[in-house]
Amino acid sequence: MANINLASEGGVVNSAPESGSHEFDATKTRTQGQLVLRRFLRHRLAMVSLGVFVFLVLFAFVGPFVWTYDYEDVTSKSYQPMSGTHPLGTTQVGKDMLALLMRGTAYSLQIALIVAALATAIGVTFGALAGYLRGFIDTVLMRLVDLLLIIPQIAVAAIVVKGFSGSWYVVALVLAAFAWMSIARITRGETLSLAQREFIEAARACGASTPRIIFKHLVPNMIGSITVNATLAIAAAVLTEAALSFLGLGVQPPDTSLGVIVLENYGQFMNRPWLFWGPFIVLVSLSLAVNFIGDGLRDAFDPRQTKVRA
Amino acid sequence: MIRYIIRRLLISIPILLIGSFACYVLVATAGNPLAEMRFRPGVTEADIKAAEVALGLDKPVFIRYWNWLTDFLSGDWGQSIALGQAKTAVFPAVTDALWTTGRLVIGAELLALTLGVSVGVLAAVRQYSIFDYLATSTAFLMFSMPIFCVAVIVKNYGIQFNNVLESMGLDRWLTTAGPRPGGFTGSFGEVIFKYTGTFLLPTVALMLISFAAYSRFERASMLEILHSDFVRTARAKGISQGRVIFKHAFRNALIPVSTLFSLNFGAVLSGAIITETVFGWAGMGTLLVNSVRQFDPPMLMGWLAVTATLIVLFNLIADVVYGILDPRIRLG
Repeated sequence: MANINLASEGGVVNSAPESGSHEFDATKTRTQGQLVLRRFLRHRLAMVSLGVFVFLVLFAFVGPFVWTYDYEDVTSKSYQPMSGTHPLGTTQVGKDMLALLMRGTAYSLQIALIVAALATAIGVTFGALAGYLRGFIDTVLMRLVDLLLIIPQIAVAAIVVKGFSGSWYVVALVLAAFAWMSIARITRGETLSLAQREFIEAARACGASTPRIIFKHLVPNMIGSITVNATLAIAAAVLTEAALSFLGLGVQPPDTSLGVIVLENYGQFMNRPWLFWGPFIVLVSLSLAVNFIGDGLRDAFDPRQTKVRA
Repeated sequence: MIRYIIRRLLISIPILLIGSFACYVLVATAGNPLAEMRFRPGVTEADIKAAEVALGLDKPVFIRYWNWLTDFLSGDWGQSIALGQAKTAVFPAVTDALWTTGRLVIGAELLALTLGVSVGVLAAVRQYSIFDYLATSTAFLMFSMPIFCVAVIVKNYGIQFNNVLESMGLDRWLTTAGPRPGGFTGSFGEVIFKYTGTFLLPTVALMLISFAAYSRFERASMLEILHSDFVRTARAKGISQGRVIFKHAFRNALIPVSTLFSLNFGAVLSGAIITETVFGWAGMGTLLVNSVRQFDPPMLMGWLAVTATLIVLFNLIADVVYGILDPRIRLG
């Protein structure tokens, strides 16, 4: 952890105020984490997106307790238009669209978060191991990455769901198994250069074990790119899951997701457009918000990149 | 260069072999193609056993894989065994589907590349102008949009456009249900009319999706180049703005985009799968969805083998193109 403090010394701003002005004498020292947090909190777009994201989380997990209808309630009224009792109308079987949306958002969020967490954990572990140990393990792990990259994710996920089960956690596990490769490659690259630095050598000279060096010394130094890529993995997982479910090859009833809701209702695009635009807006704002949060995090961790944004 | 290509091809052989074996095991464990047979009236255990022996399903998975591999390499891709369907040979089914998808994808990708690169260059040259903000936010929005939603929206506005045409007393122009079998007939004007009508909507849907990635990428790499020392030197020598941008910066900024173009193949493929499903084209996407639904192992293996090989080839092309465009990179 020593190196983190070392890095923060370079990052402290205003450490040398002009001599003579007494008001500026007391400069607060901030740790690296505080600096990053401050920069993130000042990123306007990222804060708005964080608000949207928090709202969607509340909508999905608290909303069902507040809203009068349950996603399972089947009213006798098929295809009700938008009204006070059903703000987004009802579906063909007479389910309240708003309640369904809450349920779908909850499942989509759960899947995306699990995929991102697992993919980051696997990717960081494998990438750091390959970059730190090099040699045979590096070759094996990187060939595994090559191997997984040539098999189309969408096909394998479809086959697994067809053969085993279409419940939401199976979909999450399959998507995670094919989402860690890019994180592993990035982590490996960073580890290769970090492992040459003196503090790693020092840690090794002190007798630190490989897991300790990886998780106590290497990972904290890569936390920036890991966080950013984990965020982007969430956004990617939301869209992949929705696409798979839209093809009818992902999440299967009785579980649902935003993709399933679009699949069931996109035929009504002309006659009852709200049944399409409702889930559409939730999906787009979810993935936009997560992408912008990732962008804000990238700027916060690496202030040099603020100007040029890809 | 030749040595590099040969070495890369040799490396990809074991990867393809292991990959195809993994796929074979996955497909074999995912389900029994004869499972549905049990629910049919009048089917006895003996019938199922006979069908299993006829399909070779009674043998261990290693032997089955070996048989499949040797047959596949000798050109015999097997036959579909989906129940209740006429038996079709895998090879023509997969190649037909690939041809249908290819016709759609190649045009859309070339359009997306041209448009994306031009917009990216303009946005970089006029950084922080209204055009830049408009282009960047459009790209960001497209990037966050689910592909199937784009396709559904494009399709439905196409239908509405057709309705408008009809109400004006004209023919319906845009086709939203896949190309007619047998190609296009009629006079030259009619062929053009039908051809554009058939291809326009799916091409637009696919193009919009790829366009976002290309324009964002081109803008970033162009900005990087425009701020580099050699561009400043070129400007300092008094070379005109247009010449600096096109002769010095643009050529170098194309290098990363050209790699993205070939590496993007997997993403384009999944985009095509969804676009095809929405527009009802009988391409690779429809083939995959149907083979999974009916659970047809030979067809799935043919599909997986073809796509995996294509992805390997495109990755190789990406590296070779990179080496040709950028002489600083030595392949070896």
